[in-house]
Amino acid sequence: MHEYSEKIRDIAEKLLKNGTVDVFIGFKKGTVPMMNEPVLISDPEKVHTLHWDSHCALNLCNYLTGRTDKIGILATGCNSRNIMTHIVENQIKREQLHIVGIPCTGMIDHRAVQRAVQFKEILDITEDKDRLIVKGDGFEEKLDKKDFLQSNCLTCAHRNPVEYDELVADLVPEQEGVSAYEDVTQIENMNIDDRWDFFRDMISSCIRCYACRNACPLCYCPTCFVDESRPQWVGKSIDPTDTMTFHILRAYHCAGRCTDCGACERACPVGIPVRQFTKKLNKDTLELFSWEAGLTSKQRPPLDVYKVDDYNDFVK
Amino acid sequence: MENPYLPYPVRIDEVITETEDKNLKTFKFVFINPGDEEKFSYRPGQFAELSIAGKGEIPIGIASSPTEKGFVKFTVNKVGLVSTYLHNMRPGNVMGIRGPLGNWYPWEEMEGKNVVIVGGGFAFTTLRSSIVYMLHPENRPKFKDIKVVYGARTPGMLLYKDELKEWEQRDDIEMHITVDGTNDPDWKYNVGYVPPITEQKITSAENAIAIVCGPPIVIKMMQPVLAKLNFPPERIILSLEKRMKCGIGICGRCNLGDQYVCKDGPVFSMAQLKELPPE
Amino acid sequence: MKTTSFTKQEWDEALQGLSDSYRIFVPIREGDFHMFRPLENGIKPDFDFQNTRISPKSIIYPQSERMFEYTLEPEDPEANILKEAPKDYSPRAIVGIRPCDVHAFRIVQRNFDNPEFRDPWWVKHFESTILVGLGCNRPCSTCFCTSVGGGPFHEEGLDIMVYDLGDRFLAKSLTEKGEDFLNKTKAGAPADQPALQAAEDLKESVEKAFNPNVTMDHLHEKAVLDLFNAPFWEEVAFACINCGTCTYLCPTCWCFDIQDEVFAKQGDRIRNWDSCMFPLFTLEGSGHNPRTKKFQRVRQRFMHKLKYYVDKYQDGVQCSGCGRCVRYCPVNIDIRQVAALMNEL
Repeated sequence: MHEYSEKIRDIAEKLLKNGTVDVFIGFKKGTVPMMNEPVLISDPEKVHTLHWDSHCALNLCNYLTGRTDKIGILATGCNSRNIMTHIVENQIKREQLHIVGIPCTGMIDHRAVQRAVQFKEILDITEDKDRLIVKGDGFEEKLDKKDFLQSNCLTCAHRNPVEYDELVADLVPEQEGVSAYEDVTQIENMNIDDRWDFFRDMISSCIRCYACRNACPLCYCPTCFVDESRPQWVGKSIDPTDTMTFHILRAYHCAGRCTDCGACERACPVGIPVRQFTKKLNKDTLELFSWEAGLTSKQRPPLDVYKVDDYNDFVK
Repeated sequence: MENPYLPYPVRIDEVITETEDKNLKTFKFVFINPGDEEKFSYRPGQFAELSIAGKGEIPIGIASSPTEKGFVKFTVNKVGLVSTYLHNMRPGNVMGIRGPLGNWYPWEEMEGKNVVIVGGGFAFTTLRSSIVYMLHPENRPKFKDIKVVYGARTPGMLLYKDELKEWEQRDDIEMHITVDGTNDPDWKYNVGYVPPITEQKITSAENAIAIVCGPPIVIKMMQPVLAKLNFPPERIILSLEKRMKCGIGICGRCNLGDQYVCKDGPVFSMAQLKELPPE
Repeated sequence: MKTTSFTKQEWDEALQGLSDSYRIFVPIREGDFHMFRPLENGIKPDFDFQNTRISPKSIIYPQSERMFEYTLEPEDPEANILKEAPKDYSPRAIVGIRPCDVHAFRIVQRNFDNPEFRDPWWVKHFESTILVGLGCNRPCSTCFCTSVGGGPFHEEGLDIMVYDLGDRFLAKSLTEKGEDFLNKTKAGAPADQPALQAAEDLKESVEKAFNPNVTMDHLHEKAVLDLFNAPFWEEVAFACINCGTCTYLCPTCWCFDIQDEVFAKQGDRIRNWDSCMFPLFTLEGSGHNPRTKKFQRVRQRFMHKLKYYVDKYQDGVQCSGCGRCVRYCPVNIDIRQVAALMNEL
């Protein structure tokens, strides 16, 4: 996908010059291997800083919230679905957007690459078609890209943007027969104590930095429930009960809205697989409502609507 | 090692509802442990953290004057969790006071000068402290003319009404009380915002220091007025508010540039503020 | 002063043997990264690391720390009166701390232990801790300690400096506390001349090869308002998601919040790390917030570290060059680049 960069620059330059958009949101190459920085370009002279590779896994939809200008934005499959969700939830207007679709073949799990080189320091990483070439002090390794995809990308069924105004490349084939919820099923099959222990251990290193929440385009509430002081729903220390409350409630707030883009997990500074919470709810909304988030801008998520004939039997 | 985070235990001695909307109450505290009052030695302009176990702390300017012995007073606006809880507390209840904190009005510099005090709304608390302090027979000769402009939205929103009346009748302090508006036919003082009333009543900045406290809009509107009167920025003194926690310049949240409002302030001159980032 | 040579096994055993005299914290691998953990039975220190993911600041200044405790039981004569929460100030040692993280303690000390106020918990924890540093044979690509007054073998603030000579450790005491620690190990052998020379050579070769060169030399002479009003803040801040990663991982970030927590009738006053990246940090009771915008908060973080601190203490920046924020910022905001922008304004 690194070959998209040139095309992205051309498109951005065209859009900014012909006035289709006021600003363009993309990535610039990071200062650290496998990290790129979201960037806002308004000057067509600066489009050369735009960059694309398999480490652009943050969700750019995050940067749309509250904007009032005309925006060009890059959108992979999951990002485009978050944009649809943003439109449905009135966080941005479709007319403001020029969606530049990115057919995506998956993002690299930087932690897996680190593991593969036994945590030796990586100084440079390049892509050559399906291969990653990882270089460090005194070593060079070639890795198969497909073995190092983020786990959400491995099971992604929407690699192409669901809606776009133009594309940077031809659509890619969607993955067939992927089974997204094997890990969730495993957890569901645990007995209740084991399941609790699993989640407790999983978040034991959480430092409450809220990178997961803040990397997520769904989390745009003016005041998050963890920050409310009257009433104070959640304590602010790193007491495990409070930390668990944060993670579980955050996940519930994402039910039917999460596109499993993986930004939360990628952002976590201590490597917590926080998607284990949201994936369970994705699975439930799929099974209970046949719903996958963000496939359309015309329909509200199932937990966001009320109908008089809604199933009510559980209300005692 | 003294623990600067540990409050002195105090008992609420008296609660006075100050304003017609009942959102401002004055709390009179007495120290529970002998010796603590002496340790809590303060100067007008300083503040303290009022501490309620189970709720937290709030930074509040000290409304009593060091010339008043046997108690300390704070006037608290009901805005947040702690202040709302405090408003429901009663005489006899036990809580804590931590301080005194921050700096004070420039009392040494003010000696031998005319003092102009301008207050708007409920930010009159440390100004009350200052007035009581200056009017004390031991202190009054240190200062020349004392002029006060104090305004609130309505007569019922003025703080310390009995004392205002008393000061109004004295000849060693010139009071200009004003309200934004009133239907009271018996209102015998001024009607108008604090800045224009100041412009009318204060005629000279000569040998004078101005202390200004009030909501941001009053502070802002006072600046051209004081400039017109020829107050140099060094002689315009302001007291700032910020979100604070530790009160001793350690927790890091109330900074203006490299200054902490809780420790290096809350009192700053306009000249100092011009050098600092406008946050 | 004393210099002792240990085989790696001797060193591990010596540390285990000192567990009665000190509460010892060592780097261990947890999953994908290293953390300082108490050396308890069954724990194996791993000194083959670059640096710990979370800095050792939490050993002196825990993320959540009980300050006071109290009862709200109305019948209790002491109800509503705050009492000091009991704390363990017995001697402890952080073994394997990197010189940058020691430098960070010296930076933070100016805040917690100043001529006007001493933070009793930080001071007592710090004073009861001995710092056994491990020189950096392989500084990271994100490290820049030498640009901020430190170095991979910087000894200032350490009680003992340890050199990793491959097959053994050479430990050099730098203070009486350090010498006492080495004496208590009752292991190792006095370092011979070749070992001392090897340590010297190691230091020299690492320092020679390590040239991060982040320029901060003009920060002190810039006008604070010029930097504050600089045109680049919005652009610097665009990608920021306002999480607390940079500030929580930073060994020199010291800001905290104070909260009361009550369970039934028993309560604690607790302090928790806080972050200037969070909008709540400066939200006032009235609803006014001087830093509602993201760029204002990002600006505060960099201005604090690279200008306000510089002006206040006249002794360098509030940054130890450990590079954690560079490496783990989810959106790759890089303090090295921001420092350059500020330095060149």
